[in-house]
Order: sequence, then C-alpha cells, then structure tokens
Amino acid sequence: MTTDPVTTDHPAEEILLGFAAACRAAGVPVTPDRSQAFLQATVLVGAENPRAVRAAGHATLCATPEDLVRHDQVFEAWFDKRGELPRTRPAAASRPVLATMPLSQRDQEAGESDDLDDDLDDDIVRAMSTDAEVLRRRDVASLTPGEKARLAALFDTLPARAPRRRTSRHQRWHRGQVDARHTVRASLRRLGEPAEIAWRRRATRPRRVVLLVDVSGSMSGYADALLRLAHRLTQTAPGHVETFTVGTRLTHLTRALRSRDAERALVAAGQAVPDWSGGTRLGETLAAFGDRYGRRGMARGAVVVVFSDGWERGDPSLLAEQVARLHRLAHRVVWVNPHRGKSGYEPVQAGVVAVLPHVDDFLAGHSLATYSELCEVIARA
Amino acid sequence: MATDLQDAAAVAEQLGATGYLCDDELATVTYLALAMARPLLLEGEPGTGKTALAEALAQTLDLPLLRLQCYEGIDATQALYDWDFPRQVLHLRALEAAGGTDATEAEKSLYDERFLLARPVLAALQRAPAVLLVDEVDRADDEFEAFLLEVLSTYQVSIPELGTVRAATPPLVVLTSNRTRELHDALKRRCLYHWIDHPGLDREVEIVRSRLPEVPEQLARQVAGVTQRLRTDVSLMKPPGVAETLDWARALTHLGCADLDLATAARTLGALVKYREDADRVRQALDRMLTP
Repeated sequence: MTTDPVTTDHPAEEILLGFAAACRAAGVPVTPDRSQAFLQATVLVGAENPRAVRAAGHATLCATPEDLVRHDQVFEAWFDKRGELPRTRPAAASRPVLATMPLSQRDQEAGESDDLDDDLDDDIVRAMSTDAEVLRRRDVASLTPGEKARLAALFDTLPARAPRRRTSRHQRWHRGQVDARHTVRASLRRLGEPAEIAWRRRATRPRRVVLLVDVSGSMSGYADALLRLAHRLTQTAPGHVETFTVGTRLTHLTRALRSRDAERALVAAGQAVPDWSGGTRLGETLAAFGDRYGRRGMARGAVVVVFSDGWERGDPSLLAEQVARLHRLAHRVVWVNPHRGKSGYEPVQAGVVAVLPHVDDFLAGHSLATYSELCEVIARA
Repeated sequence: MATDLQDAAAVAEQLGATGYLCDDELATVTYLALAMARPLLLEGEPGTGKTALAEALAQTLDLPLLRLQCYEGIDATQALYDWDFPRQVLHLRALEAAGGTDATEAEKSLYDERFLLARPVLAALQRAPAVLLVDEVDRADDEFEAFLLEVLSTYQVSIPELGTVRAATPPLVVLTSNRTRELHDALKRRCLYHWIDHPGLDREVEIVRSRLPEVPEQLARQVAGVTQRLRTDVSLMKPPGVAETLDWARALTHLGCADLDLATAARTLGALVKYREDADRVRQALDRMLTP
C-alpha cells in the first residue's frame, strides 16, 4: 500500500501512525506503546502485504473482539479508498426510530408474531430498554401474549440470590478466630517449627427457600409469571429451593423446574399440576404441606414464600392456624399478594385478615419490579 | 530461537508439520510473538485450540513446555518459587548432629539452590529458551495478573536470599483466556492479541484429518459438517468446539463407523454435547440433517 501512487509523498511510518491514530479516534484504545509495537510488527511482516498489516494491527492495536471489528472498519476506510478521506458512516440516529413507540401499539400492529425486527440496531435496542422499564412495572395479568413473551426474557435480569445461614462448621479465613488445629498441623508439617497462624470463621450455607404458589382460578393471570419466578430462583440455588403449587391439591414441582430451559420447565410443570384454575382450599393444602413435608424438615429454618390472594373458600380459622404453625417452623414467612400493589387495595378478604398476624412480610406481587423487590427480601432473610 | 522461522508462512508450515493447522492471521501473530519477543494472548471459545497452539509451538521449536494452570486463589508461591522448608529444617538438624559449624555458614547454606522449589514461571526463566503456557488466566484473581505483569515486562524474578534470576533469552509466553472476565488493560498492552474463532468447514476437515489420520475422509467431512451446522443453526448452551469434533470423530472411528448414520450418531452424542438440554436439541437437529 505504500506503493500506492496517490500517497507516495508520505513516508510509510506517517501513514501507519496515522492509521493507529484513526483507530484511536474510532474508539480502539490505542496507546503510544501500542502504536510503536504496530510499527515494529509491520516492519517484520512487511508493509507491502495488506493482509499481514491487518494481522499486525489486530495483534498489536486491539484488545477485545469488539476492537477487531472497529479496527477492520478503519482499515478499509484508511487503506482501500485512498482517494477520499475516511468518512464516518451515515448517522443511524438521524432517521426516525420506530422503537420509541409504546410497546403495546407495536404488538397490535405485529399481531401475535415475533416483534423482534431483523434490523435491530443500536438505537432500537436502547429504546427497547426503556420499553422494558415500562414493562417491568405493568401488571402481569393485563399483558398481551406478545408482551408476556418479551417479559419472559426479562426474568433473567431479576437479582435472585439465595439467603445464607450460618453453619456450626468453620472455614478458613484471613481473619477471625485463631484456627488452632490448622496452625498446629502446619507447624507439624514443618517438623514442629512455628508456622503461620491460621484463622477461621463460621461457614455459611444457602438457606432453603420454599415457594408455595396458589394456582386457583382467581390467581390464573399470575400463574405463568410466578412459575417463571420460581424457575429463576430454582436455577440460582439448585437444591436449595423447593416449589409447590397449592389450590385444591398440593403438588411438588421442584423436579419439573430443575430443567435449565425455562420453557421446558414450564411445560413440565404444566403437566405435573392437576388443579389449574380450580378452587381454593388453602387451609387444607397448607395443612397437607405441613404434615407431609414442612414438619419433617423442609420448612424448618427455611424462608417460606406464599403467593396467594387469600380468597379462601374453606374456613379462615384453619388457614390462620396453619400459617401460624408454618411461622413457628420457618425462619421467615413471606406472603405475596398480587392485588396488594394496586391502588385502593385493602386487606379485607377473610383469608388475608386471618393470616396477616402470622407473616413476617406482606408484599405486592403483580409486576416484575415487585418480584425484584421480593428477590431482595428473600436474599436478605 | 527463531532462526528457522523467518516469516509467517514458515511458522504455518512448521506448525502444520506437528498437526496444528493455523490460518494466515494466527501464523502472522505467532511469528510476531517470536520475532518481537512478546507474550501472546489468545482468547476464544473453549475448544478452539488455544492450549494446543502452545503445545505445538514447543514441539516445533523443540523447547520444553512449562504449563501454569491458573485457578481462583492462585498466588506467587504456586507460580514462582517456594522454599522447601522441611528439607531446610532437616539440613539444620543434620548440621547439628554432625557437630556444630559456624552459625553464619549454617544459615547461608540454608538458602541454596537445592532447597528452592522452582514453580513454572521461575522454571521457564531458568530453563529459557522455553515455552511458558499460562492457561486460563481469566480464572486467576486481579492480584495475580499484576504479578504476571511484573514478570512479563522484565523477564526476571528477584529472590531476596539468592539474588535475581534473569532469563538469558526471554521465554516464549502464551497466555490463554476463555474471556469469563475482562483482563486488565496493562496486561493486555504487554501482549500480542489474537481472537481464535471456530474454523471453517474445509479447515475443520483438514484438522480432523491431520490430527486423526485413521478417520476416513468421508466421515471427517460429515462430522465437521454436522458440527458446523450445529454451531450456526441450533442454539445450544455450549456449541461444540474443535476439541469436541475430534472427540466425536474418534468415538465414531472406535465404533468402526465409516459413514455417519443417525443411530450411531445418537449413541455417540456424549462426545459432542455435554448438557442434557443440548442433547435433546441436537438429537432433533440430527434427525433433520441425517435423514435423507
């Protein structure tokens, strides 16, 4: 390229250093020592071979795969079209951007089909993130199928963390109490010479989380989202999260939700649950949970989260009794009611009134934002 | 050490002779690393032949390969050197039993080369010219990176009791990273950077043929074709790398399969995909690819 007739009046190193500067202007973090290395490399591979110069640029000027793309754009502009100045690409932001339109309108236009356009460029992605912000706060039950599909992808962003509990065991640590056993052992290994002092602290383990999801008719709009949430929590702490559905029957769902893929897990869960959108006998099913699982150890010291609107068909006093029992067994009982976040909500349903004295937290649960808060409450429990 | 490797083409040819096939750009970068005596930082998906390059280089140049596998919590005593404390104490006891010598003499004799346990980095400096492979450097902590930086910029290590160990010729250093985290810019600036991508179909067939000469041409082409399509068409949690292609071809050859058919492919999937969810998806994709 230095033999290019147009540019013979410039010395080769000027052209090459100019290229390095152009890369820097394009956003590749080129430092002077990198430019020096580039010159040195070009001398070694021969400046007359464009492919070798490109390889030298990759090796010396770039540091990430993104840099490689920028470098190649600048390379083409700098060396292949010598007659013109390297031009900036036509600004993509100047054309009207459809994505600022509210999400629901776009879905109506696109119908049920995939609303992810093929030509998603940076601007659309950025605009979508504000759409996502809107979507996070919408009531899950009021979403169209298209919006639900979009929301499903956002469940991965939930800040799910397993709560921790202290164990009676210790672990080595760089401060804390003196770990006499390890100190002596290390010293013995050195034939009794004093060794470094080892320290220890109490170890922690993930605390078990038990999710009880009400799948009765009044909760049907939220069942899908709640199971997705359960799947997300199961995936963050496999083996430490147990999920049950409660309605007219108690169904153990943990195994179904263990599949990594959310869609598969939901299909498996759908097949496992016999009482979708049935009635509510919350008191009885909670009693069944307590007798069969909770008392034996599953609920002991666990964080128990009940997702229910508390519309109880059976006797509220039985429900109250069972929640009180759960509260005595568990470390913390969290009650999540989808209607709580709505304006004008008063906890007047018989069921809710009965359980309120026995729960530690009473939270809203109708949108992704509230699930995010719930994740925080669980993690801090 | 680069006497017989005068340009990128020679590097490609020599590496090819050991069974490692590389494209123009990788050959150029490797040549530059040799000529400029700079460390080579290789990033890319797992199973694209980052570690294999270091092994092939050591073989080509006929140099010892010293490998430092990084892990969380690795520190300088595992990378550089450590004193063999039990042996030092034994030595002291032996001196005592032999009937005391001069105290300063005894102390001096403790810090002798023979009590020094040379770990890979120090060993590479001592035995240079050598190839030092720092594998999966992204797994180590930031502090370790800073320490590597110090060694890689000066190619010397100072041991307070012994003095400075300086490499006569700088060793050829190859760092690999799976990019699970971004390395520090200061470390990257010392290195020549290369991103290793999955190879194209023809290149992959060549790799299978050169690595596994017992695999027939037709099977190699079919196996490479399937993995290529799995990488692009099917969304997998862990797309198969070249290492998996080789494993699969080897497994099929062991079963005496000369022409890929659905039943054998399904039975040997364990060599290609390592997740249960992926196995289901690959099985469906294979149905489509292999049914005529």
